[in-house]
Amino acid sequence: MDYYLSVATFAALNVILAVGLNLISGFCGQVSLGHAAFYGLGAYAAALCAIAGLPFGLSLLAGGLAAGACGAVVAFAAVRVREDFLAIVTMGVGFLFLGAVRKQSWLGAEMGIANIPSPLDRWGYAALATGAALGLVLLSLHVRRSWMGRAFDAVAQDEDAARSIGIDVAGYKITAFLLGTAAAGLAGGIYAHLTQLIVPDAFNFIESISILAMVAIGGLGSTLGVVAGAVLLTLMPELFRVVNEYKLLAYGGLLLFVMRVSPGGLAGLVRRLTGRELP
Amino acid sequence: MLACIDLSLAFGGVRAVAGVSLGVGRGELIGLIGPNGAGKTTLLRLLAGTLRPDSGTVWYDARDVTRLPLHRRARLGRVLTHQVVRPFGKMTLAENVMVAAGSRTTRYPWRALLSVDGRRARARALELLERLGIADAADKLAIEVPLGYLKRLQVARALALEPQLLMLDEPLAGLNFTEAARLADEIAALNADGITIVLVEHNLGEVTRIARRLAVLENGTLLADGPPRDVMARSDVREAYLGTGQRGSVGRA
Repeated sequence: MDYYLSVATFAALNVILAVGLNLISGFCGQVSLGHAAFYGLGAYAAALCAIAGLPFGLSLLAGGLAAGACGAVVAFAAVRVREDFLAIVTMGVGFLFLGAVRKQSWLGAEMGIANIPSPLDRWGYAALATGAALGLVLLSLHVRRSWMGRAFDAVAQDEDAARSIGIDVAGYKITAFLLGTAAAGLAGGIYAHLTQLIVPDAFNFIESISILAMVAIGGLGSTLGVVAGAVLLTLMPELFRVVNEYKLLAYGGLLLFVMRVSPGGLAGLVRRLTGRELP
Repeated sequence: MLACIDLSLAFGGVRAVAGVSLGVGRGELIGLIGPNGAGKTTLLRLLAGTLRPDSGTVWYDARDVTRLPLHRRARLGRVLTHQVVRPFGKMTLAENVMVAAGSRTTRYPWRALLSVDGRRARARALELLERLGIADAADKLAIEVPLGYLKRLQVARALALEPQLLMLDEPLAGLNFTEAARLADEIAALNADGITIVLVEHNLGEVTRIARRLAVLENGTLLADGPPRDVMARSDVREAYLGTGQRGSVGRA
């Protein structure tokens, strides 16, 4: 039972990460190759707060806020640069985070932080992660339907045209990064309490690319597609032992396959089969 | 209403606009013409705010807007520009106009998050598409419709912002004779409704027909400014267009 609960919890955490990244890249059109850094920021912030004696709820909140604040700062870069350059900048943010954490003895350097207080049992974490994922999915679906979603869409499609109709492009980019990275920080906080041990390498570039693969395979811009992508990529290594050994190869292969067969990801496949847009 | 004083901008060594001063009164329909490379589009972009001048100032309703970001200008006095066709390709025509019609709602991201209802904006969008004669394609994606539709879509999207001043950059380019005449009529009708219009246009036939005033640019400077008939009769204007002793096409100079 414990095993299934743990798989479900990680699936929910991946849903939070992928749906958060989809807000930034899918809705607002801003490439980010450093999403795992915000996951890590949230984990470290929550871990430090919990060890300092802050109650569970507050340490999670601190994780979300720390990541969201840094996300908003990175968004200022997104205001200045576009596309390929933004991809490089966000990749740099990921490496900067890793490089900084690895050298800080107060953050445990390579060894990370251990003995993080864990106030919940397995059921508690599964419920918490699933609840948070569900909340974020509902928020994401709402954003798509709201005027914020329409403005994001305009920014994603043509920044200059968006400006000419009075849309504050910088403001919307910052909002997208704030929401998406705060979600990643929250997931990081849950992860830190759940595993009680965090090391820098859990938040490396490969993790960022894995999250991006979930979004791309699910279908950039489609919340439900991205949820399916995150769940699929979490289960795949669990279902097939052999896949676990070659996780990256499997992700890469699947990504290539999806891009070849259905560039719109799973959501694109649904659109082609049913003629309806997956929200 | 709109004025620029001693406006200059150089690209590298080329002075695209060199010391132009021009005033546009409320309710005017002014055509900016001139041979290729004269600096018309550059001047329009400077006035609209997509480009910043090297020197000189732009005034809108007695307020210096030279350093104001584009989206703030679009909100402030509904100053806006139209460049080459730039629709949101993956939105339908109705949605293209809708996002502009909802510009008050999207002013602040957090307020936009709390507003879902798009019915009023959609109704307004359909009304504008109807006015421009492209309502039949309201639910088609912008990438699927021909250029003539997109040109009119641009005007509809601009109108959704309820502008007091409309700056149009070659709205008739690429349209056939009938389409161009129809859109020109619509532009004249908008002007009659009280919208001030600055029009950059190569189609001299249509622009002299609907504009009440023409400003001619050559090599980044203002060559002539006045009623169309007087301006077109001037020998220096004809020379700028045709070149000395050369025959050229006036229609697409």
